[in-house]
Amino acid sequence: MSAVSVPAARPAPAPAQPAPPRQAMPRPRRPSLAPYFLLVPSIGILLVALGYPLIWQVITSTQRFGLKQQFGQAPDFVGLANYAAVFTDAQTWAVVGRSIAFCLVNAAVTVVIGVGMALLMNAVGKVTRLILQIAMLLAWAMPVIASMTVWIWLFDWRRGLVNWGLTKLGFNYTNHNWLEQPLSFYFVATVIVVWMSVPFVAFSIYAGLTQVSTEVLEAAQMDGASASRRFFSIILPLIRPVLMIVALLQVIWDLRVFAQIKMLQDAGAPTASTDLLGTYIYRVGVGASDFGTASALSIFVLLLTIGLSFVYVMHLLKEDS
Amino acid sequence: MKPALAATGASASTAVSASKATGRPRRKPVRPGRVVASVVALVLAIAWAFPVYWMMNSSLLPNAVLTSTTPQLLPFGGSLANFTAVFNQGTFFPALGMSLSITLTTVFFCLLFAFMAALAISRFKFKGRKSFVLAVLFIQMLPAEGMFIAQYKMMSSLGLLNNVIGISIIYIAAVVPFTIWMLRGFVAGVPAELEEAAMVDGLSRTGAFFRITFPLLAPGLVASGVYAFLQAWNEFTVALVILQKEEYRTLPLWLRGFVQASATRATDWGQVMAASTLVAVPVIIFFLIVQGRLTSGLVAGAVKG
Repeated sequence: MSAVSVPAARPAPAPAQPAPPRQAMPRPRRPSLAPYFLLVPSIGILLVALGYPLIWQVITSTQRFGLKQQFGQAPDFVGLANYAAVFTDAQTWAVVGRSIAFCLVNAAVTVVIGVGMALLMNAVGKVTRLILQIAMLLAWAMPVIASMTVWIWLFDWRRGLVNWGLTKLGFNYTNHNWLEQPLSFYFVATVIVVWMSVPFVAFSIYAGLTQVSTEVLEAAQMDGASASRRFFSIILPLIRPVLMIVALLQVIWDLRVFAQIKMLQDAGAPTASTDLLGTYIYRVGVGASDFGTASALSIFVLLLTIGLSFVYVMHLLKEDS
Repeated sequence: MKPALAATGASASTAVSASKATGRPRRKPVRPGRVVASVVALVLAIAWAFPVYWMMNSSLLPNAVLTSTTPQLLPFGGSLANFTAVFNQGTFFPALGMSLSITLTTVFFCLLFAFMAALAISRFKFKGRKSFVLAVLFIQMLPAEGMFIAQYKMMSSLGLLNNVIGISIIYIAAVVPFTIWMLRGFVAGVPAELEEAAMVDGLSRTGAFFRITFPLLAPGLVASGVYAFLQAWNEFTVALVILQKEEYRTLPLWLRGFVQASATRATDWGQVMAASTLVAVPVIIFFLIVQGRLTSGLVAGAVKG
């Protein structure tokens, strides 16, 4: 577009000056090696740290690891038997269902609150915005394990602040164990994951919002566009690229919550009824040293992730070109 | 442009009070919607900051106070005794050193590699560009929890277990894809026309890039660097299998070990919170330093102006 309109806008100088022909012509794009050199370090490190282990994993998923292998014997080749075992196991499907539900609920809640937070940052005065941003940065900056210890302390069944506060408000939550029942366990996990994830979403969207021209918004307001109309017709289309990326990443990250679930389980939850995919694979792989089954599960998770995100990736690629 | 921005930023609060004192008309009239938004924002700010406050509050109080029936919301009568107890174990500073060397190595190489790749995919048309972008998008989705056994086996065979380089390689690879995508957005956000205009005015392609595009990318680099720092600093799962020896523990591993050791007796929440505070505080300080640059609209200003 602009490449066409620029020469059209000022056609006078070109014929007036006896410029050498190669400057008058649009610069020919020689196929350059530069982009390939620029990509070498990234591709190299990805091949070493991800490509090779991935291949190992595919091979291992066709092997059986039993007691013999713990004493150094080579694993037996069993073809797709690990996959068959995984896919016919009711426990697998329970874990898969829980993981997908958990991931979608958490991602949706996080993105909605994050966008709301970003709009708030944009709407309030400088001092209020700074306070909100510092609060967000505090939560964002907290290392996962540190956050988990604090939240476990807050939800502690004996001396936790949450039980004390709810009891003070008139509900009897004295010595209530939040981690015992799966639904209540996932509620606590959701609170923590959303608390951790919202700042990233809020700051990303806010960065997108600062690119939205205030002149356009003010003009729309003068023309009588309501706040929701301005949001859906002007702001949303402009922040959509960053919104899509952020939503996609939330889905991926929330599908593989590991440290959070693991720490909550360590704090006294039953593992079998609260396992999500990450902790389940960990239990099968590390706990039981069943590398074959763990690899098969991992590959299933990889495919599931890619399947879940395929539409988003295609969308992102379309935006990119 | 830049000095003007800095001036308004520095004197924002004084300007408000000055306008009140002299009775100068404010730039923006106070609207009721704005007041509601401010109240909601402050409530949310308290909700989000509270766990961090509660960690620090608890870290200052003796365990006897923390386990009494009524929680103490302010650290009255607090002391640094919990911190002293944590330091006396002598394991904190080695873990801090380990975390710093791994994280800084990761951030440096991740930014370098990702920046080069972002330039390639947003400033050049080349064969395989689309495949690379596609690969990056899919790779960043690979759950690390599904790869760490394989990565452990590889590092073990390379003799890079319990080694800064070994774990940094995994961290860089884990963080690079998203960093590429993030930086690509920032590079694409700087219109190529700016660069082309500079080239029309006589700058070389390299010159145009370093004089025009690069300064506008500073917020993007800071944001990506912060992202990479966070990922490496907080990483837990891979560290758990790669860094098995106690003297090679990063801070998250050290904290987990501390909690576990404390839980074998009745958990001393004061000491656990002191340990958590020690892990979190370096990051929080780092964040408050970079936050201004994170949120200042350098790009927005330049593009708008």
